[in-house]
Amino acid sequence: MSPHRLDNGGLVDRGQSLDFSFDGRRMRGLAGDTLASALLANGITLVGRSFKYHRPRGIVTAGASEPNALVTIGTGARSEPNTRATVAELHDGLTAKSQNRWPSLSFDIGAVNGLLSPMISAGFYYKTFMWPAAFWEKVYEPIIRRAAGLGKAVLERDPDTYEKSWAHCDLLVIGAGAAGLMAAVTAARAGLDVILADEGFRPGGGLLGETALIDNQAAPVFATHVVDELKSLPNVRILTRTTVFGWYDDNVFGAVERVQKHVAEPVSTRPVERVWRIAAARAILASGAEERPLVFGGNDRPGIMTARAVSTYINRYAVAPGRAVVVFTNGPQGYQTAADLVRVGVSVPAIVDSRTEAGDPAPKGVRVIAGAGIVDTSGGLRVDGVTVERAGFRETIACDAVAMSGGVSPVIHLACQRGLKPFWSEAHSAFLAPETGPHLTVAGAAAGHGALAAALADGVSKALAAMADLGRRAAPAPLPETDAREGSAAAPLWYVPGARSKAFVDFQNDVTADDLGLALREGFGHIEHAKRYTTNGMATDQGKLSNINAIGILAGMQGVSPAQVGTTTFRPFYTPVSFGALAGTARDMHASPIRRSPLHGWAEGEGARFVEAGPWYRSSHFPRAGEKGLAETVNREVLAVRAAVGICDVSTLGKIEVFGADAAEFLNRLYSNAVLKLPVGRARYGLMLREDGIVYDDGTVSRLGETHYLVTTTTALAAGVLSHMEYAAQVLWPDLDVRFVSVSDQWAQMSIAGPKARAVLAQFVEADLSDTAFPALAAGAVTLKGGLRARLFRISFSGELAYELAVPASYGEAVAEAIMQAGRAHGITAYGLEALNVLRIEKGFVTHAEIDGRSTPDDLGLGKMLSTQKPDFIGKRLSSRYGLTAADRMQMIGLLPVDRDKPVRAGAHLLREGAKPSTLNDQGWVSSACYSPVVGRHIALAFLKSGRERYGERIVVWDRMHGEEVVAEVVRPVFVDPDNLKING
Amino acid sequence: MASLITCPHCGTRPKEEFAVRGDATPLRPDPAASDEAWADYVFVRANPRGRTFEHWQHVAGCRRFLVVERDTVTHEVYSVTDGAAFSRGRMA
Repeated sequence: MSPHRLDNGGLVDRGQSLDFSFDGRRMRGLAGDTLASALLANGITLVGRSFKYHRPRGIVTAGASEPNALVTIGTGARSEPNTRATVAELHDGLTAKSQNRWPSLSFDIGAVNGLLSPMISAGFYYKTFMWPAAFWEKVYEPIIRRAAGLGKAVLERDPDTYEKSWAHCDLLVIGAGAAGLMAAVTAARAGLDVILADEGFRPGGGLLGETALIDNQAAPVFATHVVDELKSLPNVRILTRTTVFGWYDDNVFGAVERVQKHVAEPVSTRPVERVWRIAAARAILASGAEERPLVFGGNDRPGIMTARAVSTYINRYAVAPGRAVVVFTNGPQGYQTAADLVRVGVSVPAIVDSRTEAGDPAPKGVRVIAGAGIVDTSGGLRVDGVTVERAGFRETIACDAVAMSGGVSPVIHLACQRGLKPFWSEAHSAFLAPETGPHLTVAGAAAGHGALAAALADGVSKALAAMADLGRRAAPAPLPETDAREGSAAAPLWYVPGARSKAFVDFQNDVTADDLGLALREGFGHIEHAKRYTTNGMATDQGKLSNINAIGILAGMQGVSPAQVGTTTFRPFYTPVSFGALAGTARDMHASPIRRSPLHGWAEGEGARFVEAGPWYRSSHFPRAGEKGLAETVNREVLAVRAAVGICDVSTLGKIEVFGADAAEFLNRLYSNAVLKLPVGRARYGLMLREDGIVYDDGTVSRLGETHYLVTTTTALAAGVLSHMEYAAQVLWPDLDVRFVSVSDQWAQMSIAGPKARAVLAQFVEADLSDTAFPALAAGAVTLKGGLRARLFRISFSGELAYELAVPASYGEAVAEAIMQAGRAHGITAYGLEALNVLRIEKGFVTHAEIDGRSTPDDLGLGKMLSTQKPDFIGKRLSSRYGLTAADRMQMIGLLPVDRDKPVRAGAHLLREGAKPSTLNDQGWVSSACYSPVVGRHIALAFLKSGRERYGERIVVWDRMHGEEVVAEVVRPVFVDPDNLKING
Repeated sequence: MASLITCPHCGTRPKEEFAVRGDATPLRPDPAASDEAWADYVFVRANPRGRTFEHWQHVAGCRRFLVVERDTVTHEVYSVTDGAAFSRGRMA
């Protein structure tokens, strides 16, 4: 048996021995242990080094508030840093490592920081590293990062899975201790849907370390009976290993369930952690109370822990944390712990009581030193003695552990997370939860009812109140009876005067009582300032042990009540939650949706390279064997379209089908140009403005029937335009008779463009495609040979004779392949987004590079599309404001570099020749640029101040990013077929 | 914000299904209205403390614009109604 394991008692299974290791040393523990209890059983007290001073640290608590015992658990990709040993469930094969030490835990070079402590006291970040600025990144930060820190994050891929889930209930009970169990069973017996969540791996909370009897049974046995009853009820769900971390609007609670964190090798079919969102009609917070450490000189030596933790290790885990334990207390808990120690045969050299009159009976033979305090401790890697001071006299007492008790603070974090501030109760010497309204009530020790009988009764009464509030009645049940003794009153003791060494307030961030004094002297006495100046309460434990003591100390130093100091702000999460759990299944390919066009398979077959465009994978270009690089491929594709015929996937465009008697009127109000008189069977280019007069999106409107239209949007704004139209139809003009629906995914659409487009299409379409029968901007339903119903639009985004053919999505690939076959004789060429972009720049057609949220129709050279005839449309009124009609606006122009070999890049700025390169002299910018294989040189579209008046002028294209200046001529933004002979051919 | 919104068409849904557009009370002015009226409508928004009416679109549900009446301090939701009905009432 391990040296510190007791022979009897506890809730550990002596028949089930577990093998684990700490810093490479193999040890054994028992089923039912935490890593902390197993370490203590093996006599391990030193478990970590402190954050700033690298002081040796041991286990302080037996629960979630642990500041010191942070270890890395697991190996390889599964190593998890900063895990609290006090809540980590022991399992066979568990591997744990200590953190923040080098070269070893017992000999740590960083401890030299302790000698530098005068330099790195509170506020040292703000004082020491102020100057010179360049030193911060290169010198100070790397030093600090190496010296101070916790565990290291793993860079390997997380092999495990996580998930999220919703749950709904009538009553959520948070905490399965005395009050929580009674609340849950009261509501469950009355038939309410109850969820009972508890962070521990065994429900029972404080009852599991309690020695009193309840209904003549040991407290853990009583807890087991209640849990068994709850498990037998179909309307109860018990979530163990589940921390409720946040209280959100509408009584929705966030919780994380550690489904498989307690096993060596998680099974892959289940998540390791699950985030719950629990929508609860009512909730009861029964989270218990936290014992406060005492702030005295040398209070951080390994072996010094809270008194309740000592009792918990003895009673629940059958582990004696020491062989000679000095108790230091300001209230009854110290006496309770002393009794526990004596009962299991541990020596208690003294109970040091800060009160002048000890109000509680000490165990027989134990010396009580009342009106005294510990002012210093001694020991290397473990405490070996304390210096007690009473009335100016000092005495040294040998020991190997100290149990300290500074009173209790109710755990009220959740109740304060939504903006309500807790209030100070003089009677409790603690902050209590604010009035939270009927949806969440606080019960038991969390509500200040710390005595066992009171906690049991409060759980019942808070459940009955919540049920009454929901209109549910309960059969009265007798309250369980207990023999637990009510203790005396604790007397607040925030700080033990006369400390002869560092007295720590915040163990994890190494904040001392002196640091708080310094903050106060330097003008940072407000609690929110003191927190940030000293970093008290800012570590991963979020000050669970330190915050209230810091408030008490600041209050004492100023001679005011803690009520006047107040608390810092409580925010989720109550304890750290892993990023994996918060991400859930939204990772890797599931992090964001991937959209593929219905022609994706066809493009793949043609050898397409794809490019991500928002969620879409669009075909970018179609390289052929022997082509050297993108430019060669794109030039070939462009020239093929200009000389023969090309086919391009345009399925990603947004397509919205509009119906209704008022469809024409509706569209007329949406577009800046006239749509009302568009004849059936015709398409029109259209601009949509925002209400502020700036262009929102462009696309086409086709009238397929009297009251039936199809509008297209750009790929990027397919969802935005739909929502915009819904807003207009529902909110602006709810009385128009119009209905519409997105059909973007229903149709595969391809552009067939080039002088031979008609010849290719004519082989497929059962209709006369001659220019007279189907002229430019014709639109309508057609039948393909073989009978497939399709839609054909004579729309060109390339400036060529072009058609867009839409077929039902599932036929897309077959039709595209058939067109490729039939077009082979005409030299048909698949072209992608890159060639599409060159073709449209050559023609001066705009995309969102030009429609960038700043341009008006006139800026784009589309001023004629701003109807002056229509009485109203979205954006009309503000189009006429001064700023949008000024003569010196940036207008779209074309650029031709004078030196034919010099490219220009989008994003470059324009300067007058001879002007100093500076944004002060800015004349505009390049929006789109490419090499035009037709023109045989680089071309660009750009915005230039009063640009249309400046054709022929030479301008400098200034690219500061690449350090380039290129002289270019300002030209009309059309480089190919300026008279549109081809489009109408 | 709120965690749950009760859509009059779809029932109680998590807020992630909705997109907030903003103040639901400004009425689109007549095209002939003054510059001030139009500037107010397009650009000027209050940032009220307390009860507000906002447009929330149920984008992952019925796609209706809803008017959510809620408190910006307590986050309490008082009512959720259909936007078209709200507009008709305002225009009447």
